[in-house]
Amino acid sequence: MAADFAAPETSVPASEGALELRGLTKRYGDETVVNAIAVSIAPGEFFSLLGPSGSGKTTTLMMVAGFVHPDGGAILLDGQDIAFVPPQKRGFGMVFQNYAIFPHLNVFENIAFPLRARHWPKAMVADRVAWALEMVQLGRFADRYARQLSGGQQQRVALARAIVFHPSVVLMDEPLGALDKNLRYEMQVEIKEIQQRLGMTVLYVTHDQEEAMSMSDRIAIMNRGRIDQVGPPGVVYEQPVNPFVGRFLGEANLIEGTMTAGGGDVRLILPTGEALRAPRGNGHDTGPGLLFIRPERVDIAAGTHAAADPRLNTLAGKVRRCSFLGNILRYAVDVDGIAPITIDLQNAVGVSALAQDTPVTLRWPVADSLILPPDPP
Amino acid sequence: MSGAVTISGVPIAGTRRAPRDLTLLLMLPALAILVLLFLVPLVLFFVRTFMEFDGTAAEFISQAQDLLFSQSYMTALGTTNWIALIVTVTVLLIGYPIAYYLTTASGPGVSIVVLSIVLPYFTSIIVRTFSWMVLLGEHGLVNDLLRATGLIDQPLSLMYNRFGVLIGMSYVLLPYMVLTLYAAMRGIDPSLMRAAEGLGASGFYTFRRVYFPLSLHGVLSGALIVYILSIGFFITPALMGGQHDIMIAMLIDRALEVAVDWPSAALMSLTLLAVTLVLYAVYYRITDIRRVIGAR
Repeated sequence: MAADFAAPETSVPASEGALELRGLTKRYGDETVVNAIAVSIAPGEFFSLLGPSGSGKTTTLMMVAGFVHPDGGAILLDGQDIAFVPPQKRGFGMVFQNYAIFPHLNVFENIAFPLRARHWPKAMVADRVAWALEMVQLGRFADRYARQLSGGQQQRVALARAIVFHPSVVLMDEPLGALDKNLRYEMQVEIKEIQQRLGMTVLYVTHDQEEAMSMSDRIAIMNRGRIDQVGPPGVVYEQPVNPFVGRFLGEANLIEGTMTAGGGDVRLILPTGEALRAPRGNGHDTGPGLLFIRPERVDIAAGTHAAADPRLNTLAGKVRRCSFLGNILRYAVDVDGIAPITIDLQNAVGVSALAQDTPVTLRWPVADSLILPPDPP
Repeated sequence: MSGAVTISGVPIAGTRRAPRDLTLLLMLPALAILVLLFLVPLVLFFVRTFMEFDGTAAEFISQAQDLLFSQSYMTALGTTNWIALIVTVTVLLIGYPIAYYLTTASGPGVSIVVLSIVLPYFTSIIVRTFSWMVLLGEHGLVNDLLRATGLIDQPLSLMYNRFGVLIGMSYVLLPYMVLTLYAAMRGIDPSLMRAAEGLGASGFYTFRRVYFPLSLHGVLSGALIVYILSIGFFITPALMGGQHDIMIAMLIDRALEVAVDWPSAALMSLTLLAVTLVLYAVYYRITDIRRVIGAR
């Protein structure tokens, strides 16, 4: 489809869409908002910057977009440094947090805007806008104004406007933040489909970990102006490099103790003297440490069972609370000497909630446990 | 003049929709002052002058026609509208960049500009007009300066002519334009300009296709306010104008003070009031557009 529309002129020669950030830094006064981050994004990759507010993700995106000048480092598009190229010359598609639909222009003119700004001939503009409207399934709404559209429809207009001129790179700043949950999921699927169909590079900023995980090829988790970890969703979720990443990507149990090396495993001694084990591997094996395990990896069974299987970590506890979350039952279990453990149980056939104060045994595979360094002070 | 319509008009429109609101009672003192000191004397003035006219209706109409189609009135009407138009355009061209600066800039410069816009706004028109006379007179500051630098030999006629009227009026009316535009521009979401530039539009294209259209209702509101105020102007043209710069308000003044011709004054006042009210109605419609285009 793309071949039918050859751009008559663009401000930048059509790019492949390889984006690289090298030591990108931004300071506001004494505060370093973005601290020497380095990331390389492949053409056609869906890459998310994920982090809490104030982590520097939006500032990073604004530097890539060209609205904020970096204080150091480079932004490379297909190997060319564009750090000081003005935004309109970068040729990126952009979707903004509040959509930024022009209120005085109808849907058609909003989507045509990037084409008209590039002085495309009228007939081609009409063709291309029709194509973009089709892509986001808004064909019937060409004459409407933003105020006549629902949030989801406005979001689609913003998306169509960002892709209408076939940019190789599209930047998205929390585009789904204002939508309700169901619609957000629907739009995630749609954005991902369009991105794959057009083969464009997407740099996506969000604070919603589910959103980042469901759409991204890779995620960079940002914290205090730095990238803590970069990787595919499965890796950053299962193997966080520090407690922050572990907690940020979902519910996480981080059990405090003291590490001792022993045999092939790392042992974590709890204040009660009990020992938990985790595979050795990331260098930490002495001093204070945390054992990381996701709630859905922990099995809960009523009664007290001896630690028979050497492949499992076993703890005894008492049910403190069981919350019904629809598809899952979330337990909080009191265990002597440590903070309560969270366990997520699929609300499957035959599962029923255990009463408060029921003595239970918690078990999870040693292989799924991960030793993390304690939080920096 | 327009104030009477705003204040008495808004609450009435409001009560139609909302349940009776006791806070409307707070409007009573203002309403009372307007009715007693403005509306009642105005109506009395018109009623008395027309009651005192002893003649038939046909005679009255022909006399009115004589007055309204007279050479002096027609000339004053043309002069008034022409001056109002030039002043409006001048003030718009000067005021738009100032208002834009105020909405976008920050720092000490803003306070200085705001002060220099607002301070004169609170100063008496007569004082400001005399200040201009000091500047523009034959031996005023401007002429002295130009002669001292050797740029001119003879003093320029900067006053007692159309030029003086335009300068004086534009200066006096500038704050109205700036403050109206400022209010409108504050309502423009800056992320729209960012979106336009991010999507490939140049700065000028962004202004032409996004910023200016969104500020247009402010431009129209400001222009109408300045125009409405201009056509009723008296002090500045009287002090700074020449003998050919007779505006309607001055004609009314002459009819009252010199000729003591109350019916003529009343008739001219009435036409001026009618024009003002029509323009005000247009203005009122335009301020509603704000909601229509979603800028508010």
